[in-house]
Amino acid sequence: MRILNRKTSIDFMSRRKMAFIISAVLMVLSIVSLTTRGLNFGLDFTGGMLIEVSYPSAPLISDVRDNLDDAGLDDAIVQTFGTASDIVVRIPPRNEEESDAELSTIVLEALQAGVEGDVVMRRVEFVGPQVGDELAEQGILAVVYAMIGIFLFVMFRFQWRFSVGAVAALIHDVVITMGILSAVQMEFDLTVVAALLAVIGYSLNDTIVLFDRIRENFPRLRKRSPIEVVNTSVNETLSRTVMTSMTTLLVLFALFIVGGEIIHSFAFTLIVGVLVGTYSSIFVASTVLLQLGVSKFDLLQVEKEGAVADNRP
Amino acid sequence: MNQYPAWKYLLIVTILVIGTFYALPNLFGEDPALQITSARGFDIPLDLEANINDALIVENIKFKDWEQQGNRLLYRFNSTEEQLLAADVLNEALGEQYVVALNLAHSTPGWLRAMGGKPMTLGLDLQGGVHFLMQVDMDTARSQMLDRVVDDIRTALRSENIRYVSVRREGSGILTMLRTAEDRDRTLNIMRKDQSLQGLDVTELEAGEHFGLSVKVREQQLLELQQTALKQNITTLRNRVNEIGVAEPVIQQQGAERVVVQLPGVQDTVQAKKIIGATATLEYRAVDEANDAFTAAQTGRVPPESRLYNRRTGEPVLLKKRLIVSGDQLIGASSGFDQQTGQPQVSVTLNGVGAKRMLEFTRDNVGNRMAVVYIEQKPGGRKTEEVISVAVVREPFGKRFQTTGLDSMNEASQLALLLRAGALAAPMEIVEERTVGPSLGADNVAQGFKSVMIGFVLVLFFMAIYYRVFGLIADLALFANMVLLISLLSMLGATLTMPGIAGIVLTVGMAVDANVLIFERIREELRNGNTPQASIRAGYDKAFSTIADANITTLIAAFVLFLFGTGPIKGFAVTLSLGIVTSMFTAIMGTRAVVNLVYGGKKRVSKLAI
Repeated sequence: MRILNRKTSIDFMSRRKMAFIISAVLMVLSIVSLTTRGLNFGLDFTGGMLIEVSYPSAPLISDVRDNLDDAGLDDAIVQTFGTASDIVVRIPPRNEEESDAELSTIVLEALQAGVEGDVVMRRVEFVGPQVGDELAEQGILAVVYAMIGIFLFVMFRFQWRFSVGAVAALIHDVVITMGILSAVQMEFDLTVVAALLAVIGYSLNDTIVLFDRIRENFPRLRKRSPIEVVNTSVNETLSRTVMTSMTTLLVLFALFIVGGEIIHSFAFTLIVGVLVGTYSSIFVASTVLLQLGVSKFDLLQVEKEGAVADNRP
Repeated sequence: MNQYPAWKYLLIVTILVIGTFYALPNLFGEDPALQITSARGFDIPLDLEANINDALIVENIKFKDWEQQGNRLLYRFNSTEEQLLAADVLNEALGEQYVVALNLAHSTPGWLRAMGGKPMTLGLDLQGGVHFLMQVDMDTARSQMLDRVVDDIRTALRSENIRYVSVRREGSGILTMLRTAEDRDRTLNIMRKDQSLQGLDVTELEAGEHFGLSVKVREQQLLELQQTALKQNITTLRNRVNEIGVAEPVIQQQGAERVVVQLPGVQDTVQAKKIIGATATLEYRAVDEANDAFTAAQTGRVPPESRLYNRRTGEPVLLKKRLIVSGDQLIGASSGFDQQTGQPQVSVTLNGVGAKRMLEFTRDNVGNRMAVVYIEQKPGGRKTEEVISVAVVREPFGKRFQTTGLDSMNEASQLALLLRAGALAAPMEIVEERTVGPSLGADNVAQGFKSVMIGFVLVLFFMAIYYRVFGLIADLALFANMVLLISLLSMLGATLTMPGIAGIVLTVGMAVDANVLIFERIREELRNGNTPQASIRAGYDKAFSTIADANITTLIAAFVLFLFGTGPIKGFAVTLSLGIVTSMFTAIMGTRAVVNLVYGGKKRVSKLAI
């Protein structure tokens, strides 16, 4: 079976202006969304408390809210979680001396009030404000360091133009993915940071495969222009790119649909990231490469240097 | 043409056999079990097992089997109901000397266990439990250290018979005021020599009619004290957790001021938090019989050698500042009821020093009163001190005695527990908590398992249709990859968490990438008119460097994730990186071996099913 029959020869590079406009528009929209709507930060970053409970039968949200008001917790946010009988209560961080041990007990008692049967505690998460700040800092650092590491590795294996192309594609992917997360207000927690790093890894995978092919094709297609070489390379790797994205998306959709609420944001982020990453490795990385004036001499030179080094006594 | 030497096949088969072997334990489930250990860490006596069996037989509770693992006895049960019932029975029968902890024991057969086979440990999000990140309140700890130094200076001066005007804290230092220049020189000498007063910077200062010494504790000394305090806190936490009865707790230092506490399977989290965070201790002090407490409370004039305390009922009591015995000198405590009054009580056993001091005091003070102060330190430096009992010393006593005056049996047993486990050297605060109830844990396991299976089957199906024979070979490799990944995780004793499962799922998706790269390459070679055998060879050769480059970059991302991530994120990074490594082996070497077996021997292959 074949999805892409025979050899494709789509002229991707002539469409790179349009791709550039699409990317630019998406980037701008993402940044606008990120600055105006912002991210829906989860407990990991805001601090505060989250309590998930399961009622024997679906309660009225307004009743639950009243009970919490009576207990003096009028700043609590009540939501259903997955099913109507699962309730999540979020309480913003407080400065009072009240310890969290007491707080969770108060909430659980308030939730149990007036309910027949047991209200089952499913999970309690509490993150102190100072911890929240640290986690946010670590998350940003992780993304930055991953990009630096990747830049250096690509420079070592290819050449600096390729590094710039790869990292530009990554920034493109991360910004647009975060923009979409902000647009749909998907909860942004630690697992999403992990997902973003996985997106970086994945998108890079695609980009490297393409770069590898470009490196291979430059000496092979000596007579052709860089644009033609890149175009041929994109076409040659296209069926692989589509195939891998499809298998990865298959498992991600499985995770998204049956993996449960906790893994929801994670799976969503990856699905978005894989789609954006696939697009960016075809258009963004290669466009940047061409824009920086990549030519066959760049890569030949690298090999020569290696050869000289090898011949030294 | 395309043939592997025999040793390569042998290597692959060996790795797969070993992998399968160590992945096996995960197929056997877990039994609800009870773990019995001695509360004080002693060896288990030989007759204990007989006692337990008797107690269970009397209550007609059946157990599956039992075994001794070093210092603990493990009893397996058929159901959770029987396990819980047995826990109650054994708690009653064995008393406070032993700790009965609920446990989930994996039911890996003995022969597998003997070879070191063990299943993956489930993370807290999968089996339920509590995760705490506790931060030592270093401000309060420093303040307490300074108080201690003040006390030490006073004691040293008193024992040398130097009369001082005052010794008190002033900001971050201590101010000592003396009457004469000679006293000051002597004090200076003491401070330089005394063992308990090391690490101090002392400067002289003129202060009107008095002669002053300004004392600063060196930063180095404070840091050392902080380290000691943290270490002691960890020990205390460990003792306390052992007292609650938790099967496989994790208590680790994280950074300079934090401790991670993980209690798998703990259900009563409120109780757990109370006991872990509590800093209660007892002090025994003499009642100041010479002065009246009520007048002191009203006028605010408290004699210098005494301090004003309150009883639980609110009435004031004057107690001597000199301490008779404190919680540190305690070696044993158990709760019970007073036989005459029926009141809850705590029986206390003191160590040698404490017993000697108690004996000296009670011998000299028969007929006088002694008070018990209950001290609780709360995060943020607040401290509550209550007098829980005042009793007349009827006869001298030393090592063992009882304390009453507690409100309930529950309070008595909790105090006994805290006294046994020791006090925290510095108050701690919970800065992060993640509790997962057992029902959510079970749901997570079910959902995680389901999503892995569905994703896996979909990919297998898709590959088989798309690449036909080669797709089936890739499916084999994918399966082998799963087995190897699981066995590696089991061997390393890695903890499987929900993000870890996500890592496995993602690995499945990405493991096929290597095969896709190879197979597309082979198709390309075939299109270019090469022979099938040459195409296979070229496909594998050319795809290799691409696969290596692509995987190394993913490893870089996973490595960064591991460095910066905490807990569950680390789990994701570990499974992802291990998955990449195993997939390199199965997708390249594994599939090549099978492809060679199928096509390599034939002289003439006219067509490849790809």
